[in-house]
Amino acid sequence: MKEKFTLLTSTCVPLPLENVDTDQIIPARFLKATTKEGFGNKLFRDWRYDKEDIPNPDFVLNQNTYKGHILVAGKNFGSGSSREHAAWAIASYGFRAVVSSFFADIFKNNSMNNGLLPVVVSPEFLAELFASLEKNPATTVTIDLPNQTITNNETHRTASFEINPYKKNCLVNGLDDIDYLLANKSKIEEYEKAQL
Amino acid sequence: MKTLFDKIWEKHVVDTLSDGTIQLYIDRLYCHEVTSPQAFAGLKERGLKPFRPERVTCIPDHNIPTLNQDRPIEDPVSKKQVDTLEQHAKDFGLTYYGLRHPKNGIIHVVGPENGLTQPGMTLVCGDSHTSTHGALGAIAFGIGTSEVEMTLATQCLMQRKPKNMRITIDGKRKPGVTAKDIALYIIRKMTTGGATGYFVEYAGEAIRHTTMEDRLTICNLSIEMGARGGMIAPDQVTIDYLKGREFAPRGKAWERAVAYWKTLHSDDNAVFDKEVVFHAEDIEPMVTYGTNPGMGLGIREQIPTLESIDETGRISFSKALDYMGFQPGDSMKGKKIDYVFLGSCTNGRIEDFRAFASLVEGKKKAAHVTAWLVPGSWMVEKQIKAEGIDKILTEAGFQLRQPGCSACLAMNDDKVPAGKYAVSTSNRNFEGRQGPGARTILAGPLVAAAAAVTGVITDPRDLLNE
Repeated sequence: MKEKFTLLTSTCVPLPLENVDTDQIIPARFLKATTKEGFGNKLFRDWRYDKEDIPNPDFVLNQNTYKGHILVAGKNFGSGSSREHAAWAIASYGFRAVVSSFFADIFKNNSMNNGLLPVVVSPEFLAELFASLEKNPATTVTIDLPNQTITNNETHRTASFEINPYKKNCLVNGLDDIDYLLANKSKIEEYEKAQL
Repeated sequence: MKTLFDKIWEKHVVDTLSDGTIQLYIDRLYCHEVTSPQAFAGLKERGLKPFRPERVTCIPDHNIPTLNQDRPIEDPVSKKQVDTLEQHAKDFGLTYYGLRHPKNGIIHVVGPENGLTQPGMTLVCGDSHTSTHGALGAIAFGIGTSEVEMTLATQCLMQRKPKNMRITIDGKRKPGVTAKDIALYIIRKMTTGGATGYFVEYAGEAIRHTTMEDRLTICNLSIEMGARGGMIAPDQVTIDYLKGREFAPRGKAWERAVAYWKTLHSDDNAVFDKEVVFHAEDIEPMVTYGTNPGMGLGIREQIPTLESIDETGRISFSKALDYMGFQPGDSMKGKKIDYVFLGSCTNGRIEDFRAFASLVEGKKKAAHVTAWLVPGSWMVEKQIKAEGIDKILTEAGFQLRQPGCSACLAMNDDKVPAGKYAVSTSNRNFEGRQGPGARTILAGPLVAAAAAVTGVITDPRDLLNE
């Protein structure tokens, strides 16, 4: 069982860059672990710290202005490498959702397989949310997964978002694909027999 | 009227849920040491075993050193990860090609060259460059570790069907233009996220007139425009390439397989969700100037000006140029470089070494350049020696290293120092990809060779014509 995702209201951390690739989310040299633990403190490592491990004061995660469980990012977030460590790092840092106008496919799947919800919004919604966050860093966002809506509580704009029903069911109930697939094993064997 | 993709996809559907989610059967799973340990651990925690162990091949490639592979791996964390893969493979009775094994190398080089990858297959690996294998007419895509675990446990994945895109390259490519240049040109035009949600079929005259190595390079880079995968319909090139390879079918089974492979092409009236056409004559040798593979240029062009970039993209554009130490409007030609890397799952095959050697033959490596020449596999290394390419390289001042992913993602010791410029035949120029602070200029093997002997970004055609 994974953590269930239903309703979330939180302040946000803005990262208004485009094409943030998974090498930035978690650099390759930290992928040598054989467990899923401990990636949170390596999240955005080379943007967060300099070579001597001194925090970069310009990077948003090092500022007290922005805190929260929702990461808001520019379009094409999570591109590049398929490393699931990126989703593990974001989730273990404490984020429950990532909001962007566009996600890379593999990252999106990896997130959902780890109870981290990728929420796709329109470029207009995203631009307005960045503006709200700039004006008022305490802006909160509410994500309602069962009803598939997201609300910018600063402007009271609500939008609906898409998620495939199967994955939504997994997230809301904390299930994973293996539970489902194992229950469906006879169909796999039937399929194999039919191929011979 | 079906597309190539649809024909293979439909043949692998085990079940369809009411919301359209597909339970897809996976013919082959490749595992490397970085993205698999948590999957194997998860399997053990659940008390499960691999459902179809004969469909799984394990090869360490990301962490391994490219010198002294006969000695134990020095970095204890890398060693543990490689040892962990070996142990899991042993515990579960899976095929394992470890260090120094004649079939070791980069998993995306080893699979095709041994005939493990075949037309019509579905194939996955916890690695985004799994798209490489689509060159043989297979549906091949990268997955995360949770999905590696699913495949191990059930040989199936729950998937949404991606959309179909066809990218046609008409005409003939010009001399001095490599498959890498074609791919970088496509990615530049499509942008780094422009094919997200799609599976791409490459077609057209310029694609038909390619070798299998060319095709592997082109399909390899599909993910760099966001596509889940890329593929090319099998033809005589594919059949000739596979014939006699160790795991390719033999005898009657070969004849049956070839007959089936010949049906694997998009029907004449097949409809694609998106069609894009490019002209091979427009493609020049390419280099990248920024920090994603879509930021590419013809080698004689200038870096765009800030004004020419969309407003929402300007912060990222400026950040990229700042990282690279370049100015808008700069020419790439003539820029001094420090490192050259020939290798990776993109350009670590025999033809890449032939191309590189053809240009450096009779010349000398520039004194200030450090060059890492890393064959994609031991099989490639053997071929390099059999053809005498190693001698040409040695005479020109280059040294051949041992196979592995190497400086493509710098998980081993092959790291480009901060601030240094590397012309790299690999696939990603992301910040820090080749080492913290390293500045990567992606290019094909000819541009890399020209940079290696001149020490600056050079149009290889200027040297080939000499």
